[in-house]
Amino acid sequence: MVDLSRAAAIVGIYEHPTRYAPDKSELQIQGESAIKALEDAGLSKKDVDGLFTSSSTVRMSGLNLADYLNLYPKYVDNTSVGGASFEFHLSHALTAIAAGRINCALITYSSQARSGGVSIGTGGIGRFGHPVLEPSPDSFEELYGFTTVGLYAMIAQRHTHLYGTRPEQLAEVAVAVRKHASMNPYALFRNPIGIEDVVTSRMISSPLHILDCCVITDGGGAVVVASPEVARSCKQRPVSVLGVGESVAHQGAGQRDLVYIAARQSHGSAFDMAGVTHEDIDMCMIYDSFTITVLTTLEDLGFCEKGEGGDFVSGGRLQIGGGLPVNTDGGGLSSNHPGMRGIFLLLEATRQLRHEFEGTPRQVPDCKIALCHGTGGALGSRHSGGTVILGRD
Amino acid sequence: MPEWKKPLPTVSGETRPFWEACRRGELLIQKCNSCGEYQWYPRGICANCWTSDIAWVKASGKGTVWTCTVTYQNRTAGFAEEGPYVLALVELEEGVKMFTNIVQCNPRDVKIGMPVEVTFVQATDQISVPYFKPAQ
Repeated sequence: MVDLSRAAAIVGIYEHPTRYAPDKSELQIQGESAIKALEDAGLSKKDVDGLFTSSSTVRMSGLNLADYLNLYPKYVDNTSVGGASFEFHLSHALTAIAAGRINCALITYSSQARSGGVSIGTGGIGRFGHPVLEPSPDSFEELYGFTTVGLYAMIAQRHTHLYGTRPEQLAEVAVAVRKHASMNPYALFRNPIGIEDVVTSRMISSPLHILDCCVITDGGGAVVVASPEVARSCKQRPVSVLGVGESVAHQGAGQRDLVYIAARQSHGSAFDMAGVTHEDIDMCMIYDSFTITVLTTLEDLGFCEKGEGGDFVSGGRLQIGGGLPVNTDGGGLSSNHPGMRGIFLLLEATRQLRHEFEGTPRQVPDCKIALCHGTGGALGSRHSGGTVILGRD
Repeated sequence: MPEWKKPLPTVSGETRPFWEACRRGELLIQKCNSCGEYQWYPRGICANCWTSDIAWVKASGKGTVWTCTVTYQNRTAGFAEEGPYVLALVELEEGVKMFTNIVQCNPRDVKIGMPVEVTFVQATDQISVPYFKPAQ
């Protein structure tokens, strides 16, 4: 296979600061983010030749975004696999750049889940504002009242049954991420919480309490990815794409063990391509729709054995200053979650690798290599997993 | 028959035999005549060997709870007003896992590994929904 490692770099980023923007449009938030991300890179509209996006509400999102931005890209990709879509986009952009098809990819996302009153986790059939009752396979789930949080909670329950995972261990994830949110002025929730706060908060779907669940916000952002040649002319220090991996996991015709998640398949190729080991990873951005998502993702990424996630996340290991800092922006659990959070993993990992917070407690010291893992869909039914390893060269 | 507020399935060519059997109080699953594998959910091809030579067979209707959760919040009509209910994956004796609710018991009493059996609730003239209850 062609060596893709370092064939592209993240050269521009922007995270829209909004958490509630009822007067903007979804495409406007993406447009504002794209302009700022290109400014950050020192590039302009005319440099963009690849366009990558995904939306839960805009149909034919790649086409409609190109129209709104008045762009004529020669490569368009609106791969839509839920929250991991943007890790998949980065993977596809890397491949397209390495093949010489494009030189500069723009990846954007936004959603107004909060101003739209979308119940992402508990809306059941109406969770994205339109029915998802479809012939197969959803007609065998929605009639039973399956919700997103319920589908994750079932995996948490099975994990607890098999491995003795305790609510207090799941809570460690929420506590670490909230501590990081307290250092992010844009985070939705910034007041520190303790384990007791999490395990005594309102139960949503056992064993997941409300503080085990991500927030619902508006928001958006953009990432500019470029070839090494273009990257050399950019304003910012490039952050190289070292390795990528993609996978899906599903019911396997009723025969699969869904306690093992897609991360188990996606991480191997990312590590191989990057030529690094788990010991080389300085920090992780792990999709945190729920606390169980982080715990089981760390297991299936290979940071610990299956079933040992509860012990692994304990004792503050995921906090900055702990053994493996995770979600240093405050994550979906505390900072923002507009519905498909994968792009924000890439944004924060890039900020850390640029040492943007140098001299403050939010900076992971001497951060050289970061791993992002997006999960889209639901662990208990079908989901995608996208692993990306990024490096400060 | 009280008005059914919960979502109803879309009966299609792929699933019509299943829903017709439910009206008779039978739980059907599919078995491939070619490779012998069972599959859930019903579909027009064998998910294992990709032939179309699949048969409907009557399941025993018995299984165990593979995992479950008590859900306290769902804004969907029919569930929003219902109070806590149990979402579960039940592993049938035939080896496939299917989504369902565990009914006719206190939600907090449902445990992983618990033996359960199918029971049907008539939703409309056309549709009876299979649920599972603790085995007698």
